[in-house]
Amino acid sequence: MPGWKPPDMTALPTRKLEAWRYTDLRPLTGITFATPPALSAPDLPSLDLPRLVFLNGAAAPEFSADLPFAGAFVPPDAEDVLPLAQINAAAARDGATLSVPAGQDAGALLLFAQAGGETAFAMHPRHRIVLGEGAHLTLIEIAKGNGEYWHNPVFDIALAKGARLEHVRVQQESEAAFSLCTIRAEIGEGAAYEHFTAAIGARISRTEIHATLVGEAARADVNAVELLRGTQHADVTTIIRHQAAGCPSRQVVKAVLADDARGVFQGRVEVAPGAQKTDAYQMTRALLLSPRAEMDIKPELEIFADDVKCSHGATIGALDDEQLFYLRSRGIDELTARAMLVRAFLDDALAPVEQPQARGLLDEAIESWWRRS
Amino acid sequence: MLEIKNLHARIGEKEILKGVNLSIPDGQIHAIMGPNGAGKSTLSYVLSGRDGYEVTEGEVLYNGANILEMAPEDRAIAGIFLAFQYPVELPGVGNANFLRTALNAIRRKRGQEELDAVAFLKLARAVVKSLHMKEDFLKRNVNVGFSGGEKKRNEMLQMTLLQPGLAILDETDSGLDIDALKIVADGVNALRSEKFSALVITHYQRLLDHIIPDMVHVLAGGRIVRSGSAALALELEEHGYAGLEAA
Repeated sequence: MPGWKPPDMTALPTRKLEAWRYTDLRPLTGITFATPPALSAPDLPSLDLPRLVFLNGAAAPEFSADLPFAGAFVPPDAEDVLPLAQINAAAARDGATLSVPAGQDAGALLLFAQAGGETAFAMHPRHRIVLGEGAHLTLIEIAKGNGEYWHNPVFDIALAKGARLEHVRVQQESEAAFSLCTIRAEIGEGAAYEHFTAAIGARISRTEIHATLVGEAARADVNAVELLRGTQHADVTTIIRHQAAGCPSRQVVKAVLADDARGVFQGRVEVAPGAQKTDAYQMTRALLLSPRAEMDIKPELEIFADDVKCSHGATIGALDDEQLFYLRSRGIDELTARAMLVRAFLDDALAPVEQPQARGLLDEAIESWWRRS
Repeated sequence: MLEIKNLHARIGEKEILKGVNLSIPDGQIHAIMGPNGAGKSTLSYVLSGRDGYEVTEGEVLYNGANILEMAPEDRAIAGIFLAFQYPVELPGVGNANFLRTALNAIRRKRGQEELDAVAFLKLARAVVKSLHMKEDFLKRNVNVGFSGGEKKRNEMLQMTLLQPGLAILDETDSGLDIDALKIVADGVNALRSEKFSALVITHYQRLLDHIIPDMVHVLAGGRIVRSGSAALALELEEHGYAGLEAA
């Protein structure tokens, strides 16, 4: 890739930062990340959707649709306050730039990122998504790969008045990979950002979402599932900033953890002075399939307005023996019964994803995760 | 044919069943009555294979096979159905999906063809109608938000669809009004045939006005202490269980 530089590892956040207390990135520091090699034969999904394809972090126009609302890559500002975004800013050389004009429904789009190579490499795509007034886009993102690599994408999203972006991410990266994704969304009056992440792959992953509700009645839905096994570590960190009045936000995060896996959810809701009639809901549940699995949950509410509704809850448990027996007493074998209960456990996090192809993709990903466990 | 021979079972250190002997030939309905704490629910759970109960002695044969060695799902496939006293809620599991998965699991193991979604729904809707249930039963999550009566009806729906050879009703009548009681009775009576048998566990006689048993047994102190015809239930209703435990 022209102009590629090695990532600035000195900028890597450490556990001394409160925001990184539960996710230790030291395993990254012992690796020498090389230039991404060329990847020419992608394993494209059979989804019948227009798509943008990125191979080892580089746009692959030969596999991508020619979209009227897609533009050329715009390099990010050199300075950034977030450490991973700073590393990305210094190293980003490519990314999707989407700008849907006001009033336009752009339908559904697949953003497909595949990675793989012989030696470890790093890629730092910078994606920008801007929706004009009343515009709509469903962005379905699949990230997958083989081997050892570091995928460090940053999404900068701006939604104008009344716009709606559904953003569904299926993170199925290589189990030797580091997948650290930062998303920043600025949500205008009456606009909606509907996010869903399925964190299934990667050795260490983090999905960090900053959703800022800047206009009245703006809405943020941030839902996620973590499906982990082995020694996988996945972190979902959200920062929902209610800066205007009358904004609802909803977060449902479910983790299913097998073996020695570790899940993290840090959910911060900030309600600014004047953001009256805020309605913020947050729920985290973890299902531990093994006594060695671990879930860390840190809800944080910071409220500076007095007429608000903010609730949060967290539970950690195992599969219910009574439910399991009930299913088995009806002739359903134990493995299927367990799969049904796990799927049911995930249900209310998945329910908001209504786009049929996204739903199908998630159902398939969950099932294939379960079959492999 | 169900044959329970000298069945002893315990939970932890506590022995609950202390030598139960009982045979139910095909085509017959037997009732088990008894005071609270007699071991009625333990018997139903031991028969259906729930964890936590240790059989220390005796055997249970169903059609000649020792069911105590079978997993719960294999007992269901062999034809045993337990109608739960407290049906379990399954949030996130749709009733239709649950019923179809169960029915097809059993059909597959019994060498019958699986039903596709269309064929299943047609069958399930017919059963729902025959049990005077609302059609939205199939769309709701299993037992979630169901009233006590609706949960028991849902048990009957499952039983009717799965076509067991032996149904065990564990105090299915508890907490039911007369209409719901009749639905349970209709569900069982509709299955009556030479190949179907049932074990109706109840604390009260009133269910047996609607499901006429071939025999009534009294379970007290972990043993069957008396057996008799349907008239025994009336006698118990009149005189209570006092004094039976010592018998």
